Amino acid sequence: MSNTHHIVILGNGIAGITCARQLRKQSDSVKITVISGESTYFFSRTALMYVFMGHMKFEHTQPYENWFWEKNRIELLEKWVERVDFAEKELHFQSGGKFSYDQLVLATGSKPNKFGWPGQDLQGVQGLYSKQDLELMEQNTSEGVNHAVIVGGGLIGIEMAEMLAYKGISVTFLVRETGFWRNVLPKEESALVGRHVSEHHMNLRLETELAEIIPDEFGRVKAVRTNKGEELPCQFVGLTAGVTPNIDFLKETDLKVNRGILVDSFFKTNIPDVFAIGDCAEFHEPPAVGRNKIEQVWYTGRMHGETLAYNLLHDPVPYQPGVWFNSAKFLDIEYQTYGWVPSDWSEEAFNSFYWEHESGKVSIRLFIDHENKVLGVNNFGFRLSHSFFDKAIKERWEVVEVIKRLEDANFAPEFFAPYIQAIQSAFQKKSGIAIKLKKRTFIQKLLGAKL
Amino acid sequence: MTFIQRIGVFLFLAGLLIFSGIPFLGEYMLTEEQVISLTKDIHQDNMKNILQPMFGKVYSNSFEFLGEFNSLMNGYNDVLKAESKWDQVIWDDYSFPLAKAALDSPVQDLPFLFLASSIGLVILGGLFYILPKFRDEPSGIKNNGIFHSSMKNRGWLGMITGSYLILFYVILYWFPAYLVNLVWMVEPISLSLSGNPASQWFLYGLIYTLAILVMGIRMFRKYRGNRYQEVRTASLMFFQTAFAFLIPEILVLLNQPYFDFKNIWPLDYSFFYDYRIESLTSSGAIGMFMLIWGILLIVLGVPLFTYFYGKRWYCSWVCGCGGLAETVGDPYRQLSDKSLKSWKIEQYLIHSVLVLAVVMTVLTIVNYFSSFGLLGNVTNQLHSFYGFFIGSAFAGVVGTGFYPFMGNRVWCRFGCPLAAYLGLVQRFKSRFRISTNGGQCISCGNCSTYCEMGIDVRWYAQRGQNIVRSSCVGCGVCASVCPRGVLKLENGPEEGRINDMPIIIGNDSIKLNA
Repeated sequence: MSNTHHIVILGNGIAGITCARQLRKQSDSVKITVISGESTYFFSRTALMYVFMGHMKFEHTQPYENWFWEKNRIELLEKWVERVDFAEKELHFQSGGKFSYDQLVLATGSKPNKFGWPGQDLQGVQGLYSKQDLELMEQNTSEGVNHAVIVGGGLIGIEMAEMLAYKGISVTFLVRETGFWRNVLPKEESALVGRHVSEHHMNLRLETELAEIIPDEFGRVKAVRTNKGEELPCQFVGLTAGVTPNIDFLKETDLKVNRGILVDSFFKTNIPDVFAIGDCAEFHEPPAVGRNKIEQVWYTGRMHGETLAYNLLHDPVPYQPGVWFNSAKFLDIEYQTYGWVPSDWSEEAFNSFYWEHESGKVSIRLFIDHENKVLGVNNFGFRLSHSFFDKAIKERWEVVEVIKRLEDANFAPEFFAPYIQAIQSAFQKKSGIAIKLKKRTFIQKLLGAKL
Repeated sequence: MTFIQRIGVFLFLAGLLIFSGIPFLGEYMLTEEQVISLTKDIHQDNMKNILQPMFGKVYSNSFEFLGEFNSLMNGYNDVLKAESKWDQVIWDDYSFPLAKAALDSPVQDLPFLFLASSIGLVILGGLFYILPKFRDEPSGIKNNGIFHSSMKNRGWLGMITGSYLILFYVILYWFPAYLVNLVWMVEPISLSLSGNPASQWFLYGLIYTLAILVMGIRMFRKYRGNRYQEVRTASLMFFQTAFAFLIPEILVLLNQPYFDFKNIWPLDYSFFYDYRIESLTSSGAIGMFMLIWGILLIVLGVPLFTYFYGKRWYCSWVCGCGGLAETVGDPYRQLSDKSLKSWKIEQYLIHSVLVLAVVMTVLTIVNYFSSFGLLGNVTNQLHSFYGFFIGSAFAGVVGTGFYPFMGNRVWCRFGCPLAAYLGLVQRFKSRFRISTNGGQCISCGNCSTYCEMGIDVRWYAQRGQNIVRSSCVGCGVCASVCPRGVLKLENGPEEGRINDMPIIIGNDSIKLNA
């Protein structure tokens, strides 16, 4: 396709970079520039914790070698953009200078939530999102930190806790809900994670909120006070109560924003030739039932980028996410989810099959509607196949069907304990429906792990 | 570090220091009788004359003894070489057997004391350090601090370790006469196993096996709870101990040819050399069985097993080089180069070695069957060339000595001709692949970082593609360190093994053709 106009992508996270890559894949001629003040090269944000813990060097988080961008003629600019002149189609850099575009893709990501807590800007208080946050955290924990408080029990919170534990810093979590990540996880799963957090000698304060962060005489955090009046001495505070779109520099322009940049299902903003994708975009309507107007995970950023790149070069198609999926790792326990599993539900409308291994570290939940169709699955401590559940949920398989074929969904490494069979047996016991278990080979019985 | 671990480090270092000091012990005195009994008949008279000045003289260390020995030998040979009398030159290196015989050292009187206070302390210290690791921690693989470690991230500790290993290999391969004290130390073990005196190779084999066993135990600690890693490590420990170390020695005790049943040509590059073929064909039914077994492994074993299980059945479950790499080398796996450039170098280099090994072997066999009429001694030159550059320098010095610099699979990745052969089968005709779990990859890079073969696993995983690469040894560590359950080593139908998905699962907006 011949297309020589200049597409400028603001932000080199997964959304922006996927968009750039897909643009180049589908057009040889379009001119592509990616601008970011955070880093010259694309890196995996989700891997920042591993750099802190010495699992990797920062360069290992970069999925492409540096020559890749030049070879694919994707121009990279490391600059902070101060403001956008939508009328003149120009970007103004913080360091001075202007840069013009034909089409602009805003993929500026998020920043950690701060809810106006007293002391939230003290030294030693921070969130974790960007490369700069990582550097700050290295500074903030380099000496004299023995105890830390983490506000919010979610995915970034657990990462931060693991990072701090690496440095031998003891951690107390302040969690507003009745259990860990309870606003997302059902009660049993939340309890499972909570137990594992405690097993790692971390302190979980449930139904507790941050009231105030208290400074010492040098303007550094020395304690926090909870809403229950308790004062916890600490030298570091992690603010991990979610993230919010990073769009401050776009406020008070012609661009329509709410919490994020408002877009339609084609990622178009109210201004022609300006689009928004990834964490910073807010849909007018949720893109699918049970999904949020702002989608803030790695995978959705990637899908936004894929879809917009296609739309910029072809007849636009609306964004249609498939079956939801996500994953995480809570210290040592892996978690995957496919489809829709709410944190709470009405017993009349929905059903659920839950199995947990006696170790309390392995579990599965199938979330089922009143017609016995599987709507979603949560699994902890073992691995399930994405393509299997994408199909099963999309095609609305009945729970019996899913259980019968569950062996096909097994993504655990060879010689691991036969959790699938344990799940099938448990289902058989509960429902009375006979399930044929797959025979384990002699080698599996001999060498495989036991339940 | 716990108190016990500190003691472990101390014992380890003490043992290593004593081990390194042992070669300097004792005195050397050569006698005429030793020269006569240890040299070939055709050399006896000449050797007696050459070494005459040394007889009865006491040398206080190996440097003086071997210095004089070498200058006498060179003095004799240089004259002949200058006159181009090649057939009169004494090419055989008698320095090791003569030094071993001439030695008079406390090690000979108290071998077990020295063994216990060198290798024994190293093992004890190692275990003291390893066993308390991860105690009271929930199971799970943690690569904490690896890139903050001087040992594991090319810091000064790594540099020293690498230099020590390189030095050890250089001495072992080219100056073994300096190691005779250490060889005497393991003499009683060799005598009790095979009934034969120990050589530097017995010493090396013993150390090699013990290193795999101790560091294998470390693997059990580090990868605890991961059954694939546990089973695989146990397999490597078993094959090294039984097949590579004990069985060949016991065969010798029973007057059978020394034979490692799991070593396969062309890694075992001398398998078709005339002296080996002759030793097998002259050993009756057992020798014949060994010969046929070896050939069957090459023509049937490799393709069949690799078709069903991938090359991992050998490289990370059976092989001795793999055994060392996966245990002793595990702390260095992250140092392999993942760049596209190094992949290109790898492809050229490893296949060149394969071609070289095949050509050399074909020439050897042809020459053998033409009763050396075709090429005469040319194959011998070829053998020494290959033995020096590939067998010793590449596989040994670079292969292991470079663990702390370039990762633990330098030889397996860039040099091993058997790995190249297994890799060709794996790439083009195999059921093995590493499956990618749909769209779950977050590009974090743990898989690529910890791939010892330098495969950029993430490149495929983040596209939802399966990983099918000739170099993959199937160690399974990428799948073990993946935080999102994305990778799985599998044997399955060939259909769909190599997949290219333009849009990863989860986005229904667009349909594109691959």
